[in-house]
Amino acid sequence: MTKRIESLKVIDNKPLKKDFFIIELESSEKLPEMKPGQFVQARVDGSKETFLRRPLSLHDVDYTNNRFKILVQVVGKGTESLSRLKTKDSLNLIYPLGNSFSLPEKGARTLLVGGGCGIAPLLYLGRYLKSHSIIPDILLGFRNSDRVLECKDYEAVGNVFLTTEDGSAGEKGFVTNHSLLGKARYDKVYCCGPEMMMKAIAGWCKKNNTDCEVSLENLMGCGIGACLCCVVNTVKGNVCTCTDGPVFNTKELIW
Amino acid sequence: MVKLGFSIGDLQFKNPVITASGTFGYGSEFDDFLDISRLGGIVVKGTTLEPREGHPYPRMAETASGMLNAVGLQNKGIDYFEKNIYPRLSEYTTNVIVNINGSCIDDYVALTERINRLEKIPAIELNISCPNVKMGGMVFGTNPVSAREVTKAVRRVCLKKLIVKLSPNVTNIVDFARIAEEEGADSISLINTLLGMSVNVRSMKPSLSTITGGLSGPAIKPVALRMVWQVANTVKIPVIGMGGIMNADDAIEFILAGASAIQVGTASFIDPLASVKILEGIESYLVTKGFSDIREITGLINRSK
Ligand SMILES: Cc1cc2nc3c(=O)[nH]c(=O)nc-3n(C[C@H](O)[C@H](O)[C@H](O)COP(=O)(O)OP(=O)(O)OC[C@H]3O[C@@H](n4cnc5c(N)ncnc54)[C@H](O)[C@@H]3O)c2cc1C
Ligand SMILES: Cc1cc2nc3c(=O)[nH]c(=O)nc-3n(C[C@H](O)[C@H](O)[C@H](O)COP(=O)(O)O)c2cc1C
Ligand code: FES
Repeated sequence: MTKRIESLKVIDNKPLKKDFFIIELESSEKLPEMKPGQFVQARVDGSKETFLRRPLSLHDVDYTNNRFKILVQVVGKGTESLSRLKTKDSLNLIYPLGNSFSLPEKGARTLLVGGGCGIAPLLYLGRYLKSHSIIPDILLGFRNSDRVLECKDYEAVGNVFLTTEDGSAGEKGFVTNHSLLGKARYDKVYCCGPEMMMKAIAGWCKKNNTDCEVSLENLMGCGIGACLCCVVNTVKGNVCTCTDGPVFNTKELIW
Repeated sequence: MVKLGFSIGDLQFKNPVITASGTFGYGSEFDDFLDISRLGGIVVKGTTLEPREGHPYPRMAETASGMLNAVGLQNKGIDYFEKNIYPRLSEYTTNVIVNINGSCIDDYVALTERINRLEKIPAIELNISCPNVKMGGMVFGTNPVSAREVTKAVRRVCLKKLIVKLSPNVTNIVDFARIAEEEGADSISLINTLLGMSVNVRSMKPSLSTITGGLSGPAIKPVALRMVWQVANTVKIPVIGMGGIMNADDAIEFILAGASAIQVGTASFIDPLASVKILEGIESYLVTKGFSDIREITGLINRSK
């Protein structure tokens, strides 16, 4: 798959609740094939504080219009600067990068679990699964109702369940406390979010003998396999999250 | 056509833009973006005799105009290199240079002997300057006695052009440049990363698993330039300058200060095309300024005194 460097046009930058926003980008060329779980490396603004690019997942892809979206949470100066992008600005990206979520077996009972900005790649994954006739359960965790994002898009691709830490929306607690995990049985779980959450879900999957893929958010220097800064320890030793990942089957990870 | 070539002894480089070790993988990582054979050369990832896993994550921290790394020479070792990487590398029509590292002099010597038999590798870059390994590396490069010993030992067996890469983490860089030249180095490259550190105030922990690491990027450029200028004014062998070069103007600063060639490092992470853009920029600078050969400006600032 060919990677490219390109300045894309910002079509829209829509603020969501609190510090989340969705940027829609348009390429002047035909989009390359982009898979769920893949990411882009965004050149923020070239200031001395945001020297390196920032990795961001594909949130949704619209091949007909050569557009795609990224969903971003402000956590620091780079994401803050991205939040200020306006329609008609441009954003320089290297994309598409990384591997992707695998397609489960036909008819697999599938669960997607996301927390915080980790929900970003799950929409495109959900769409991909739906196009293969798999309707997943989608369990999203947020800190409180202030941060619960618009779920309509997710509802269009699966059955959405919510948790908040304070119980202000959906069930109270962490995603791992959700009653769904006590009742339903799954053949495949996909998870993206804070490392603690992914480890807890990986643990639950192991106990229940369920295959689990997680998407890691390691710090990255380059995103293309050149710096070896993004490694994760696996059964095969240290491998790059940006090229061998970001998606890993939890069986491969030494957690 | 302006002449951009330079040479180390009888080894010709078609232009003075080379990619720096550890920042350009084995080239293939960049094949989607540029034609590597346009470059003067590439220096591949630091290679050791045995495979190395490197340091634990986190290995990187962004800093103002730069980054710290603590990769710790992760690589699959010379056997793997020879079998699986070298065949593909030898298809590039540019000079592919191997950066060698060891924990003791015997390692460096054994590695040199292995590379001697790789016909398509015209030069070795002897890294005595890595701040990221406990044994060896910078220990050699910061102690004049061991710097001399390792250079001497490698020179004795080395059938390739020998480039010695210096550490900036010393009091007087000129001493080390002299030692390298006296022991038979064909060229000197500098600088490797500067030892630095960073603390994450949110987690209240050091940013790197190793606490300290190597600083690179524009943050180190003035220091690098000063050292390159000092060394170029000391030795007669060609000097390859690097440290924070992001664009053609940066590169030209090094050349005006006395570097015969430059290496592009961290810049490739931000713009994978940085090296070719720098090459094009140098060429158009020379044309605009009315020079026909890059050698006319090499060390120019040192001549006008
Ligand atoms: C493959 C991949 C996909 C990603 N997808 C998305 C996405 O779709 N949406 C989204 O909002 N974010 C995503 N992220 C995370 C995003 O890259 C970081 O939040 C962003 O780089 C932070 O930049 P900043 O300048 O705002 O923060 P900085 O100012 O650089 O950092 C602020 C604080 O956050 C910490 N931090 C920054 N990055 C990370 C990280 N990766 N892991 C742990 N701590 C970190 C820093 O140590 C610091 O304490 C992804 C990361 C990866 C690796
Ligand atoms: C991630 C990373 C890995 C590096 N690995 C090596 C290495 O293996 N051997 C070496 O001699 N230098 C290594 N270096 C140093 C660079 O080759 C170069 O000397 C240094 O980064 C300064 O140049 P720059 O500021 O242009 O990056 C590494 C640098 C970085 C950032
Ligand atoms: S981020 Fe550079 S190798 Fe993965």
